Amino acid sequence: MGDVLAARSQMAVSLGFHILFAVVGIAMPVLMIIAEARWRRTGDAMYLELAKRWAKGTAILFAVGAVSGTVISFELGLLWPGFMRFAGAIIGMPFSLEGFAFFAEAIFLGVYLYGWQRISPRAHIVAGALVAVSGAASALFVVIANAWMNTPTGFRLQNGAPVDVDPIAAMLTPAAFHEILHMLLAAYAATGFAVAGIHGFMLLRDHRNAFHRRALVVALMVGVPAAIVQPISGDISARYVAHWQPPKLAAMEGQFRTESGAPLRLGGIPDVAAQRTRWAIEIPNGLSLLAFHDPHAVVRGLDAVPRRDWPPVPVVHVAFQIMVALGTYLALLGVWVAIETWRRRDLPANRWLMRAVAIASPMGFLCIEAGWTVTEVGRQPWVIFGVMRTADAVTPMPGLIVPFLVISALYCFLGVVVAWLLYDLVMRSPITREGDGTMAPVAA
Amino acid sequence: MATAIAFVALVALNAYVLLGGADFGGGVWDFFATGPRRAEQRALIAEAIGPIWEANHVWLILVVVLLFTCFPAVFSGLAIALHIPLTLMLIGIVLRGSAFAFRSYGSAEDGPQRRWGRVFAIASLLTPVLLGVCIGAIASGRVGAILEQVYRHGRGESFVSLYVSPWLSPFTIAVGALALSLFAFLAATYLTVEADDAELREDFRRRALAAAIAVFVTAFLALSLARSHAPRVSAGLIASAWAPLLHVLTAVSAILAIAALWTRKWRVARVAAAAQVTLILWGWAAAQAPYLIPPTLTIGSTAAPRRTLALFLIALALGAVVLFPSITYLFRLFKSARMHEPGANRTN
Repeated sequence: MGDVLAARSQMAVSLGFHILFAVVGIAMPVLMIIAEARWRRTGDAMYLELAKRWAKGTAILFAVGAVSGTVISFELGLLWPGFMRFAGAIIGMPFSLEGFAFFAEAIFLGVYLYGWQRISPRAHIVAGALVAVSGAASALFVVIANAWMNTPTGFRLQNGAPVDVDPIAAMLTPAAFHEILHMLLAAYAATGFAVAGIHGFMLLRDHRNAFHRRALVVALMVGVPAAIVQPISGDISARYVAHWQPPKLAAMEGQFRTESGAPLRLGGIPDVAAQRTRWAIEIPNGLSLLAFHDPHAVVRGLDAVPRRDWPPVPVVHVAFQIMVALGTYLALLGVWVAIETWRRRDLPANRWLMRAVAIASPMGFLCIEAGWTVTEVGRQPWVIFGVMRTADAVTPMPGLIVPFLVISALYCFLGVVVAWLLYDLVMRSPITREGDGTMAPVAA
Repeated sequence: MATAIAFVALVALNAYVLLGGADFGGGVWDFFATGPRRAEQRALIAEAIGPIWEANHVWLILVVVLLFTCFPAVFSGLAIALHIPLTLMLIGIVLRGSAFAFRSYGSAEDGPQRRWGRVFAIASLLTPVLLGVCIGAIASGRVGAILEQVYRHGRGESFVSLYVSPWLSPFTIAVGALALSLFAFLAATYLTVEADDAELREDFRRRALAAAIAVFVTAFLALSLARSHAPRVSAGLIASAWAPLLHVLTAVSAILAIAALWTRKWRVARVAAAAQVTLILWGWAAAQAPYLIPPTLTIGSTAAPRRTLALFLIALALGAVVLFPSITYLFRLFKSARMHEPGANRTN
């Protein structure tokens, strides 16, 4: 493995690991404050129990998110000093603002987790809401930085160096709006369905369990609207990519040739040597219609750019197909849940629905991983699209496979531990059944 | 303007050392918890750092984002030359934080509690050493010298001479030991204020005094090695106009801290200890100024364009308006008027 590939792999592992925890940090506080608000309003102690148990899980996940985020802030330099040297002054701003947002998040999470007995009920909910708001703000700023790497603005190149640096213009980069929208919706959808899936699975064992019934409803309140709206945001994203990063769109769609009335390909494996995508279901004019809202629009294929500027096409195409397939499943499931709720059916009693919810549990997170693969691998071979190649940004230190393996091993270990701790937490949930009145003693 | 921002970086690093450093120091005393009150010592440490360590940790992130926004060449230079110790430090940071959360919120059974406690304590012990090693390597001037070679001659030199020997020397290890002693000293001194129980307070008083001796020994060692290993910083600390005043102030706060611990004036000791550590840090910074990475990269030569610096200062001011009241609130909530109910802090 060469040094550039090792560095890219280490960055992929670090981002892929961190994003799971970051997403939970964005959405979980929303679930917690809904549960807490319901407890305050109804006096139903089961909601308090729910808020406290979710807070426990969130505390573990947030801590791992905080430290794995620190790793990334250093790795930007450790692995890509060339990038930071070039881009620091242009795009350091959103990273700094992210630092402030993260500060607020950490402060109010401390208040929320340890302040149950110390502050007024209102102050406690406000602290929770501030965690949720600053979590979303952190995501917003980090995604702006990533958007800039896709559509760099706010500077002029002179002899290979940036001049006329304008950090505000850099933050208003064209890719920012759709990336932020897509990421935030993804965070709420993925977390909502992940939590709903866990409790749905428990409800398959006993659909009258009072704890899991309440948990399911609150989780779906967050997950369902986001999942239903997400395809619209996906459409906006695709059109932006089609306009600003044609090679990325071509790789996503396996579109090798520039043509008008390009078909939409479902599935299939791009064959780079033969320059065609095999075994895909092709919907005539579909891609032109989706990308430009015109069935005869010209879609620029990979042949529009030199071969050395192609991203790894099969990875991008397959990751995109996975994202779309799983996202569609979540959106349809969301519609099903919405219909059943509107018809005032008892959701937990519907075993088929609960099965569908239970298997959805990991899907949102897989979607997010696939989506980031599309964004990041689809930008290659550039670290700053059209401006700096990834290979030119890497550190001169040789032997990068060693830190890659060390960090990967560390994260595998932590991932297993976290999964086990959460499993343990879920398995010790209260077992009171609906209508039994008293709460069963709970082992803490 | 660049100098003002470099000053902010120093203040942020200072806050990290005083707050985050003490959290690491707490882990050190978890490692060295001994005697009949071993369990109580560990419980006090966990209670003291639980609500605040994540917020304290963000000071380090602030230093990082500040460096790469306002002094990009410094950030990328440090990341190249100190790749190995920084990566090791990150592993320590990850294991410390995760293990602490796993212990606090995971299974309450003895086995896992002990194992995670062990990981937390060992990571707390090693991370400060690595931070000190990195600072020592910068002060020695060898990081700057190596960067010249990396940028000018590419990869001609051997791996060890470029990426290991600049940060691995008796001097950098002495600075690492000094950082560890300082953090342990801070933590033990803070804990004498936070302990409710007289015996527990005595435990940490003894520990604070022992750490003060360790600080004295390691500081002496680092200073004597600095003459040959970090001549520029050493010369600054001896010959500058401000040097005598700095040494007097540092000595006064050190003696005051020890005297206050001796006479059990806990709050005075806490302030004096923090002042002593601050003065040591500022002494290093003053001796090295205007260099960020001696002997080549200065504040002026590496600063980002003025527009970026101005925006950063504005963002900093806005951030401070929001964050300072929040931090004050957090600390008032958990650090003043401590509640004398065991477990009042915990969510379960």
